[in-house]
Amino acid sequence: MVVTIRIGASGRPGKNYPAAAAGRTGWFYSVLAQFGGMVRLAGSTLRHTFKRPFEAELWIEQFYQLGVRSLTITNVTLLFTGMVLAIQTAYSLAAYGGKSFVGDIVALSVVRELGPVLTALMVAGRVGAGITAELGSMAVTEQVDALRALAANPVRKLVVPRVAALVLALPLLTILADTMALFGGLLMGLFEIGQSRAYYMGHTLGALTITDIVSGVGKTVFFAFFIGVIACYNGINARGGADGVGKATTNTVVVSSLSVIISDFFLTKMFLLVLG
Amino acid sequence: MSDHFIRYVGVHKSFDGKAVLRGVDLAIGRGETVVVLGGSGTGKTVLLRHTIGLHRPDAGQVFVDGVEIHEFDEEQLIETRKKVGMLFQAGALFDSMTVEDNVGYALREHTDRSEEEIRSRVCEVLGLVELEDVEQLMPSSLSGGMRKRVALARAIALAPQAILYDEPTTGLDPITANTINRLIRNLQKKLGVTSIVVTHDIHSAFTVGDRIAFIHEGRILFDGSVDEARKTSEPTLKNFLEGGGYG
Repeated sequence: MVVTIRIGASGRPGKNYPAAAAGRTGWFYSVLAQFGGMVRLAGSTLRHTFKRPFEAELWIEQFYQLGVRSLTITNVTLLFTGMVLAIQTAYSLAAYGGKSFVGDIVALSVVRELGPVLTALMVAGRVGAGITAELGSMAVTEQVDALRALAANPVRKLVVPRVAALVLALPLLTILADTMALFGGLLMGLFEIGQSRAYYMGHTLGALTITDIVSGVGKTVFFAFFIGVIACYNGINARGGADGVGKATTNTVVVSSLSVIISDFFLTKMFLLVLG
Repeated sequence: MSDHFIRYVGVHKSFDGKAVLRGVDLAIGRGETVVVLGGSGTGKTVLLRHTIGLHRPDAGQVFVDGVEIHEFDEEQLIETRKKVGMLFQAGALFDSMTVEDNVGYALREHTDRSEEEIRSRVCEVLGLVELEDVEQLMPSSLSGGMRKRVALARAIALAPQAILYDEPTTGLDPITANTINRLIRNLQKKLGVTSIVVTHDIHSAFTVGDRIAFIHEGRILFDGSVDEARKTSEPTLKNFLEGGGYG
């Protein structure tokens, strides 16, 4: 049985599987077609990213919209996560006399895992949903087709600037969010646990290595790419008016969040293998 | 080179197992205006979208200016799309851009013209569709008829050799619809372009067409001059023209 997957070509990408596939197997084909479409779009995005002319203006605009405007949500999320983590760790370790390690544990947990993953999840929710809603609205009002009819490439004009902006912005957002989480932990160290600033910071900085930072921030480059491609794919392929855009947006949040969580496992293994 | 600027040969297209086009054969000569007439859901728009690769046929061939395009990828389709402008049913104007940016989009994308030259060309094509002083307006502040005219101006900005009209009068009041019909005729005369007009509006079809192709259930049932269409004995077309539904 032949499955035809044509991202942005047939006009109904990913929906061209044979009628015989309907029913129980239809779901499987639908998922397979969607995955195939995303892989094709990812390849096409990579090819067009390095092709001239570069759309610098669009990249900068998207960097502002997707990156700079996400600062508040990611920083507030990680500030409070750092504070909660410090309190919980101190409470849990108190029975074992391990309160002195709160700074170490908060630093390692945040920089290696929580910072990258939580920042990516916040961005998947805010930015991923926004991209799909915007591109989805364009798709259902034939603006994406109009772009193609005007001999412009939607991947170059719509997808590349968004994915590139995300790939550049998410690592920077993560570094700032990590800093906020460590600051939150420090606040709790000072005012809840009763440690001195020098003591807490000594443990925090002493626990971290360059490898921790590189592996944590490095993962976000992949997270950003996955979120961007999934959001753009669902947006460009949205069909059926407002209802279709709503479903596509929900799908983006679910699939991109899962992709962050699942890929985190494999990326962690990969970075441990490569960096030790 | 063939006298036909656009040619569909045995075009079949299905969506999710439902056949929409079942072997369409149709040829449009250079400078000719052909109206593809038919009811809703008969495959008119789907056929039109094949012309610039917005849909690909499951079987059959599509030729534009003598070139077989149905297997072209997006990059290869660029040259074809520069030759053929398309007016979408609801205009499909980019709602984040002004009228000037919408109309000048293809000029900025595909030509080396200066901003001044682009502004001048935008003014010129807006003049052709009888609009002035709208350059800085956003699409959301335009009426339905104005949106169609701006979209038409955008479609002709690159001076294409053919224009595709998807339901150009749908959703417009009779006076505005007549204005659009007159514009289509005028553009055809002034620019000498090949045109395909897809519509279910009988008045529009007889006003703008040199030839009528009647599509029903994914097949061309009738292909002839406007006069031949008026006098047809083809029962399905006859019923359609008399407003009695399909026979």
